[in-house]
Amino acid sequence: MYKYDEYDHAMVDARVAEFSDQVRRRLAGEITEDQFKPLRLMNGLYLQLHAYMLRVAVPYGTLDSRQMRMLAHIARKYDRDYGHFTTRQNIQYNWIKLEDAPAILEDLASVEMHAIQTSGNCIRNISSDQWAGAAADEITDPRPWAELLRQWSSFHPEFSYLPRKFKIAVIAANEDRAAMRLHDIGIQIVDKDGQHGAAFYVGGGMGRTPMIAPLIKDFVPLDDMLSYAEACLRVYNRYGRRDNIYKARIKILIHELGADEYRRQVEEEFKHVKSLGIDPPKAEFDRIAAQFAPPPLDASAPDAIDRSDPDFAVWVDQNVAAHKVSGHAIVNISLKPIGGIPGDASSAQIDLMADLAEKYSHDELRVTHAQNIVLPHVRKADLYAVWQALDAAGLATPNLDLISDIIACPGLDYCSLANARSIPVAQKIATRFSDLGRQKELGELKLKISGCINACGHHHAGHIGILGVDRKGTENYQLSLGGSGAEDVSLGTITGPGFDEDGVVDAIERVTDKYLAERTEGERFVDTFRRVGMAPFKEAIYG
Amino acid sequence: MKLLTGNDLKTGFVTWWTGADWSLHIEDAADVGEAGEAILAAEEGARRVNAPYIINGEQTADGPRPAHIKDRIRALGPTVRPDLTLKPADPAAGDWVI
Ligand code: HEM
Ligand code: SF4
Repeated sequence: MYKYDEYDHAMVDARVAEFSDQVRRRLAGEITEDQFKPLRLMNGLYLQLHAYMLRVAVPYGTLDSRQMRMLAHIARKYDRDYGHFTTRQNIQYNWIKLEDAPAILEDLASVEMHAIQTSGNCIRNISSDQWAGAAADEITDPRPWAELLRQWSSFHPEFSYLPRKFKIAVIAANEDRAAMRLHDIGIQIVDKDGQHGAAFYVGGGMGRTPMIAPLIKDFVPLDDMLSYAEACLRVYNRYGRRDNIYKARIKILIHELGADEYRRQVEEEFKHVKSLGIDPPKAEFDRIAAQFAPPPLDASAPDAIDRSDPDFAVWVDQNVAAHKVSGHAIVNISLKPIGGIPGDASSAQIDLMADLAEKYSHDELRVTHAQNIVLPHVRKADLYAVWQALDAAGLATPNLDLISDIIACPGLDYCSLANARSIPVAQKIATRFSDLGRQKELGELKLKISGCINACGHHHAGHIGILGVDRKGTENYQLSLGGSGAEDVSLGTITGPGFDEDGVVDAIERVTDKYLAERTEGERFVDTFRRVGMAPFKEAIYG
Repeated sequence: MKLLTGNDLKTGFVTWWTGADWSLHIEDAADVGEAGEAILAAEEGARRVNAPYIINGEQTADGPRPAHIKDRIRALGPTVRPDLTLKPADPAAGDWVI
């Protein structure tokens, strides 16, 4: 785990002091809301449907038990005893009081956390693979590079007022668990002839104009990574559309210029940028990387798992993944109990997960873009104890990547931009498909729901996606099929006219029935969809 | 009818203009007719409310209700957490929201 150095501490502490004073001035009437709004947004404080909302960054989704406990403490002391984990590996609190915000930020700073750059037209929290450092299939741990990008992007003076928000993801495995190509910049650390470099995919995104990022450069030597990122952003900062908020993201610029022309401009800029000495000396990178050294895992730990408890065995099969060190495993904790609110966890649950991480996972936890939590380094021999503790706290739902492991944005229950509610739809679908045998029969099926076209719930990337729209003041839901945020990235296609809340649940059942009827051996839902196309599904839905 | 709503500056809680003050309860909301803009300007200036705006509402037997679903959800609280709404003990409290 990265530990703040004196500069990190000084930056965050100074910002807490500055924002505390801004809050004081706002409450004293020295500044208006118009003046205050951009200041609070820079500190992650939104005004949402029911109160202020605070978004706290979890850099590349990694945190330790002490930090996790602080998240529980904040939920308990300042909010209503729960938090919402988001698709950008952050946590949101929905009931924050303005007068408490300075104290919360101080508490966060005490465990090396903050809410800086979780809003605004700047480089946001760098996201990554939630299995980084543990995954059997990664070529290296991507987090040192993510941390380097975090340091580079924090308070970057040139990129604090970009045309629009900017999201970067870094991965180092062929399996994409971070929706890398749906980011403004997606970086994949790759191996070429024994050398590691960064493949740069630029100009992806969701929102109202979803786009898959084209490959801009297949191999940037890692010694040039920051300079190359700087060049990518400079071209965007110079030519991105500031006149039209709907065309302001980098994806639109690259789409309009064409990937080749954008690449040419980046390369040109890069030649100049490289002369500025932005990339850190090797010693500095090594200092960062050393802090991500793998925990001391005993590779001779027993590999066998006692599966005599059938409920435990079901959970192991669904929620436990392969670790790179034998005798160990990656535990995925589902925050999607049937009928629950996707991504929500109570203070007590957050504390419990922190305790389990401390005891069984070398003090580490991860937040996933699918709104779940991971214990990355668990001995196989400890899995049963971990499962028992999770089960007692309602955290052992064995549904990872199944139809009830739904991504859902807060929607109209919490979000002021929403057109329709997302959460009740997720609850109804999970309840309809609650039978685990049926879910397993359907296999991997990624269902994602957004309450408006901003697509915070990744609906474009859902094998099944649902978008809430406002139809003359009532909630209506559009269904799309065939998206993916993984390495087989694709954007979903809308099926046709929308549905009401119950109608969309029925339609999904017709879609899954059709899939079961059409699929061939070994095909996932999305594979069948790609093979047979929309027509049979449309027929099944609309008759 | 026209209603005024916003959020309390300090707590962020949803509030409704009662004709003289701000209340957490939609039942207390008053029809402001054409006077909305003037009241908003004065109240925002006095820092008694944050980000206020005017909405359409309708009078019902149980009191005023916002016309749009979004403000009805604001009036009570998240539909998925009845325990966190203004009337956690009343299972029927949200019947009019959706
Ligand atoms: C509740 C307050 C929120 C507000 C006001 C908000 C606002 C927005 C807006 C305006 C966009 C569209 C940006 C564009 O197309 O240029 C967007 C996109 C997005 N947001 Fe949110 N959002 C909120 C909550 C969330 C939550 C809870 C999550 C995670 C679950 C999230 C994750 C994302 C993601 C992944 C995207 C799409 C990626 C992209 O193209 O940027 N947001 N959000
Ligand atoms: S998709 Fe829309 S409704 Fe959902 S959180 Fe984002 S802005 Fe809000």
